[in-house]
Amino acid sequence: MTGSAGRSSSPRDDDVLLEIADDELVVGWRNSEWTGIAPVLEEDVAFSSIAQNEIGHARALYGLLADDADALAFDRAPDEYRCAPLVQLRFIPDWARTIARHVLYEAADELRIERLKASDDPDVAGLAAKIDREEVYHRLHAQMWAERLRDEVRYREALDELWPYAAAMLERDLRPELAARLELELPRDKVLLGLDRGVHGEDWPALWEEMTMVRRSVPGATW
Amino acid sequence: MSNTDPESDVRSASRAGAGGRLRRPEGAGGQGAGIYEVFRRERKGQAFEHAGSVAAPDVAFAEAYAHEQYGRRGESAALWIVPRDAIREIDDFPDELGRNYHRVDGYSLKVKLAEARERAASAAGGNR
Repeated sequence: MTGSAGRSSSPRDDDVLLEIADDELVVGWRNSEWTGIAPVLEEDVAFSSIAQNEIGHARALYGLLADDADALAFDRAPDEYRCAPLVQLRFIPDWARTIARHVLYEAADELRIERLKASDDPDVAGLAAKIDREEVYHRLHAQMWAERLRDEVRYREALDELWPYAAAMLERDLRPELAARLELELPRDKVLLGLDRGVHGEDWPALWEEMTMVRRSVPGATW
Repeated sequence: MSNTDPESDVRSASRAGAGGRLRRPEGAGGQGAGIYEVFRRERKGQAFEHAGSVAAPDVAFAEAYAHEQYGRRGESAALWIVPRDAIREIDDFPDELGRNYHRVDGYSLKVKLAEARERAASAAGGNR
């Protein structure tokens, strides 16, 4: 990783940028698992497109942090990834939980992107503004599914199940605002145990294995 | 998805509008479910052209799907999304009496011009 840009009055928080980049890479990866198997073709195309956007955001963020974005994305050991437990979970073939994560993730992501847009660092603020222009459509997509599945029991249960994960994904001071926007009660700390960023759940090793498989197949290759 | 046979599409529009085309979970095929035609403007100032269609359970989904399918590569400056049911097709234009002067191609200038040239040429030849 490169050092801070040195242009801003407060130092750029590279740890937070890496966390967001890892979340975007992994949620994009998880959403892309629906490519070709989504419930209807139109959704297949739309959800795949959203997945690709997320991976694109990860790539741009890695690009701020390192000269070789690929190395940062794919060449780390499994326990070095900073992605939140929420994005690690594998949901195929459960559409209700997939949409619940999508809705929660986009709501949480909106808050931290807002924070980045206000950054003193012009590179960070500029990239955040670009990312947000695409995220608007992810949020619309998530919102329209949320309304559609609102009365669906499986969806309600998935929301309850995943809400603590979503809260734990954000920096602590952003959580009350997320709870307010989602009209959910902020989970007690006890509920958040084991959901901290940096914790790697049981779905993670297989994801990492597959995600880095091709890079590892020919170490050091120029692609 | 875009269709290649517009005639059969239009005929099936009423069925699709009633929820017959898509298989949906119970109670999902509400008002607005069906096929939406998508028109695309490539650049500001250009005319909208038919781009294809999307199947969607309501207009909000239709907008989202059209946005991803016809706009995600930056290929569109704007889209129109129109429920197929709202489109009226007219394809019957009888011309039983062959009144070709009603048509733009009814009066063939090319033929008249060729005839005139021929007449002029033969008249010139006759004078020599």
